[in-house]
Amino acid sequence: MTETIVHGRPKGFFATFERRPGPIKKNMHYCPGCGHGILQKLIAEAISDLQIQDKTIIISPVGCSVFSYYYFDCFGISVPHGRAPATATGLVRSNPDSIVISYQGDGDLGAIGFNNFIQAANRGENMCVFFVNNAVYGMTGGQMAPTTLPGQKTLTSPYGRSTDNEGYPLKVSEMVAALDSPVYVERAALSTAKNILAARKAVRKALRNTIDRKGFSMVEFLAGCPTNLKLDAKAMNEFINNRMIPCFPLGCFKDIADERDPIRRPAGIYDRKKVRELLYPVRVEKGVPPDFRNNSEIFQKTRKIKLGGFGGQGVLSLGKMIATMGRLRNFNVSWLPSYGPEMRGGTANCSVIISRKTIGSPVIDKNCNLLIVLNQPSMDKFLPELKQNGVLIYDSTTIAKPDCSPDKIVYAVDASNIAKKIGSLMYANSVILGALAVALDSYFLTPADQADFDRTFEEAIMDCFSNKETIIKLNIEAFYAGKKAVIESRAGKK
Amino acid sequence: MEYSNKMLLKGNEAVIYGALLAGCDSYFGYPITPASEIAHTAALLFPRLGRVFLQAESELGAINMVLGAAATGRRTMTASSGLGISLKQEGVSYLAGSNLPAVIVDIMRAGPGLGNIGPEQGDYNQVVKGGGHGNYRCIVLAPASVQEMCDLTVLAFDLADKYRIPVYVLADGIIGQMMESLILPEPVAVKRDIPDWALEPGKDRRNLVTSIFLKYDRLEEVNRALQQKYHLISEQEQRVEEYLTEDAEMIFVAYGICARLAHSAVEALRDQGVKAGLIRPLTLFPFPTAALNRAKAHARLFLSVELSNGQMIDDLRLALECAVPVKLINRMGGNIPTIDELVEKGLKAMNELEKGGRRS
Repeated sequence: MTETIVHGRPKGFFATFERRPGPIKKNMHYCPGCGHGILQKLIAEAISDLQIQDKTIIISPVGCSVFSYYYFDCFGISVPHGRAPATATGLVRSNPDSIVISYQGDGDLGAIGFNNFIQAANRGENMCVFFVNNAVYGMTGGQMAPTTLPGQKTLTSPYGRSTDNEGYPLKVSEMVAALDSPVYVERAALSTAKNILAARKAVRKALRNTIDRKGFSMVEFLAGCPTNLKLDAKAMNEFINNRMIPCFPLGCFKDIADERDPIRRPAGIYDRKKVRELLYPVRVEKGVPPDFRNNSEIFQKTRKIKLGGFGGQGVLSLGKMIATMGRLRNFNVSWLPSYGPEMRGGTANCSVIISRKTIGSPVIDKNCNLLIVLNQPSMDKFLPELKQNGVLIYDSTTIAKPDCSPDKIVYAVDASNIAKKIGSLMYANSVILGALAVALDSYFLTPADQADFDRTFEEAIMDCFSNKETIIKLNIEAFYAGKKAVIESRAGKK
Repeated sequence: MEYSNKMLLKGNEAVIYGALLAGCDSYFGYPITPASEIAHTAALLFPRLGRVFLQAESELGAINMVLGAAATGRRTMTASSGLGISLKQEGVSYLAGSNLPAVIVDIMRAGPGLGNIGPEQGDYNQVVKGGGHGNYRCIVLAPASVQEMCDLTVLAFDLADKYRIPVYVLADGIIGQMMESLILPEPVAVKRDIPDWALEPGKDRRNLVTSIFLKYDRLEEVNRALQQKYHLISEQEQRVEEYLTEDAEMIFVAYGICARLAHSAVEALRDQGVKAGLIRPLTLFPFPTAALNRAKAHARLFLSVELSNGQMIDDLRLALECAVPVKLINRMGGNIPTIDELVEKGLKAMNELEKGGRRS
């Protein structure tokens, strides 16, 4: 079976190259004998024959092919040096219907952009990479490429590439073929007519894979750069055939497109009602109108709460619980953690502010109204920040009775032990909140707000642990156990 | 099921709620403290709405994925912290040069170099002044609360589309890490129309997104058009919040966490009978010169409160044309000033001014 090849300008190119500045509008800017001209013609033919011009985006990289957009009659984009596969990722993820071609040279792909390239390959992005390997930097005037041959002289390897100094040429196709994700990897050469026909086939195969959404396809093309290698056309082809091919063997390294299902991507949801359902939280505070106000005197002023303990004790989530309770009752709240490495094993603390007014600084460095501490170092550090007549609640399982001035209202609660009895240290939080409820009930809350505090706690637990019924149940149990323990211990004292 | 529009969220989390409700189609990013919760939340919520979340191989990968996604005419974003923003700058320059809309969130940490993960505002210059190569600016929004992390992200997408420009949301580690209550905005009505310039099947296939212009005169034209756009933005988009500035003699100028601290300092100074006020820029580019110039009439002293070596203060002096004294109150390295420190330094600067005034 023979295929008739019609000569002439491929329809994938513009009829005249109007984007090219200067008087020459019919010819390409590439030097005579350059591989780019041949390959771009093969691509232009293919996108026209495959009828994908209206959805093809060709990425013009940095290198001699930076002006690819002069020629291709399809969508085009210019990108930073080496980044074409990342940009291609953005293009094709945004619209999986696009056919994206990343056209790159050996500096762009093999040097400055290798990570972007190999990662796109490894993600199996649905795209084609056409990689032009001409063993030299063309546009910048003949410097060494990652694919320059051992002993080859360039402007930056004037004594010949030394494998001791620069290592061996980068074997891109072999590396890509070793990955699991890519579906098609082939190396072709743009030297003899036979090689060019094989290259033509490879271009089409790669594009068909992309059309069929099979994933990542790459074809490497050994190409000539007669200007920078200072060779005539015949010698250039001999260089490719006799010097490059032995180093970069031709052939198909991988072709598993038939085994792969087409890549499917979900369609974005933009319907307002659905977006709301998927993003908005389920309402827990039933029957609390937006203008609801707790009447107790204590809530008329800004309240500053500091919490400290070991990382992992749940100090931050205890703070979050209190802040959530505030939010559920229409207070402005802020919660500020100590963040970073100290949280992983060291001391963690957070500041919670609850106010009816706009909260200025979320930082608490003095005058806190309520201090909750779960370890000794936090007691030592933060007790001086407690305001006169402030409330201190601490875990008496682990902390010695503090020596503080008599104006302070102090509650000790055996939080860790009570929590362990309920099942886990993680419930110590709720035990502490039970103690807080007693502290507030005894001194600050109106009877209506006393009942509301317990209700708010239950709503906050549901808000923080939606759908986790056992956790909600055990936290509520811990809360009331904490309350009971504090009431009993105070009764005992009296 | 009854839904609530009220949540308690970290600033970093609120960014993603804002983005999704604004119709953002894709998120590309690389993890970095103290911005990582943005990526965590995006990873959780973008797929829930069938939208694109992808952890990029690097900051370079992320910003160039954004370049590609923006070229398709869809709303897209990335987020990072100072070091990562430095890496992204080349891509941001391409976005600006190609007139592409995109949103970049910077949760600043302390530098230079690896620095630490504490809060700082040392990225002001690299974000507000362009940052990459070439004659470009980005719109820069400066949230100071969790609500604003959400709302200004929504605004960032609107402005990005309106002017075809990259827009930064610039916050510090504290604004990113703190939780506050917020009210979620309504989702955008429908999926937006894809603009005509996009690289999108169905549009003109000769659409070209590029920033290369070989002819000097042509590139100069392109640059002049960009400057014209920035001029228009400077005229139309200055945003500011003023607090007790009407009669203020001492005016704090601060953004992000510093604005929150200064707000409390103003309250403390007012309690002492000092006529203090706060001008809080919501836009750092465009810098709110109009509001500053209005305040010039009665203000005797401006105080630039910054977690940096004094970067915004240059813009402040330029805006005021050095007609009123401007002093810097700053901390660095992850530290933040106390309210007392702001009050004391403000009073001290005012005293010095008065002494100086008597001498002359």
